[in-house]
Amino acid sequence: MGALETFRAPRSLDEAAEILRTGNVTVLAGGTDVMPQSRIGKLKLQPVLMSLRRVPELRGIREEGGVVRLGALVTISELLESALVRERLNVLWQACDHFASDQIRNAATLGGNLCNASPAGDTLVPLLALDARAVLASKPNGKVLERRVPLAEFFTGPGRTARTGAELLAAVEVPLPPKDAVGEFYKHGTRPGLDIAAIAIAFTARREGKVLRSVRVAFGAVAPTPIRAPRTEAALEGRAPDEQTLEAAASAALGEVRPISDVRASDWYRRELIHNMLKRVITHACKL
Amino acid sequence: MPASCDIAFTLNGVKRELNVPAGMSALEMLRDKLGLTGTKYGCGEGECGACTILVDGRSMNSCLLFAADCDGRELVTIEGVATTPRGERLRDAFVANGAVQCGFCTPGLMVQASNLIERQPGAGEAEIRRGIEGNLCRCTGYRKIIDAIASAAGAAGAPAKEGSHGRG
Repeated sequence: MGALETFRAPRSLDEAAEILRTGNVTVLAGGTDVMPQSRIGKLKLQPVLMSLRRVPELRGIREEGGVVRLGALVTISELLESALVRERLNVLWQACDHFASDQIRNAATLGGNLCNASPAGDTLVPLLALDARAVLASKPNGKVLERRVPLAEFFTGPGRTARTGAELLAAVEVPLPPKDAVGEFYKHGTRPGLDIAAIAIAFTARREGKVLRSVRVAFGAVAPTPIRAPRTEAALEGRAPDEQTLEAAASAALGEVRPISDVRASDWYRRELIHNMLKRVITHACKL
Repeated sequence: MPASCDIAFTLNGVKRELNVPAGMSALEMLRDKLGLTGTKYGCGEGECGACTILVDGRSMNSCLLFAADCDGRELVTIEGVATTPRGERLRDAFVANGAVQCGFCTPGLMVQASNLIERQPGAGEAEIRRGIEGNLCRCTGYRKIIDAIASAAGAAGAPAKEGSHGRG
């Protein structure tokens, strides 16, 4: 593959999908990952660099029929400023509040964060807990087609997703959680700003009297991809979040994570964090 | 040699047309093509904020922005901020508070602070700390910088804003 040859900035989804169909394209959104990764050689720029900035179909946050559609080009700052996100997808809002810095939140996009597919990506963990799905657009036969992939199947490895080279992440769809849902995001790092998670936890549930219903738990930075934790969820589902239940959930969580040791934390420390912080996250979310 | 592209944008209020290599960063364009060296190259990966500029009224790291992607946008650098009343107030406050030591982070901090004051008039300590978390200073320990920005924000004469973006 040759070096970078042209910079394209299509003005419609149709045009963007057509450029993508012809191949050899690096997709550019906010640039906060593409630029540094291409400079250090982690990402090899294809002959065509395609900026999505002018594609209107990829913008906007809207709710329709109980589903929130978050355009792939929505920035982290726009998510933070959205009343809908703050009120109804609060666990995602919390993750955005812990995202990098003001300068990066103003440029970085939701779609870019997802497609970068870092196991520690901040928005990935809450979106997994929210049962989100990726909307992928392509133009195989002269017409733009969309397919939907549950986020749990979207991430296939560090930096890898189910998106093919001919596809564009157009949006993320999130089923609107019930109004009484509680949610909590926790990211462990050594400083409040510009940190990459050593571990991240997203928890959402409804409280029915004393018991938890529709429990969703997702973890970041403890496996090759961000993960849902079905056995942890099962340990909490239909139970009151008392000490015994929380301990059972924390033990189940340890059976679901496969952390590595790296510059941010050892595998031992990550397991300790998951075990102890999961309990704290649930306690805090349920205001126990 | 990668191909180049023609772009047109507004820089500090002046319309510019330029031919830039497709892989060039906005920071390289500003410093090397346009000679505006107030914007600094610190880390090149969005950690330090020395290269902070305003793009369509939002602060961004110019090292992470492709020059080609500036087409049709409105850029303001420290050279532009410095000539505004708010920029002058910030500069005076940085001097009065001794908020400058080596000075390398200062342009980025002033651009960020200017944008912060514009968006959150009357920002207090918590908002200021939060607002400059993307700007590193390795000399001052931040105390004097925060005091300088607070003093400039106070001098704006705007009432304190309800609520905060500070971390609870």
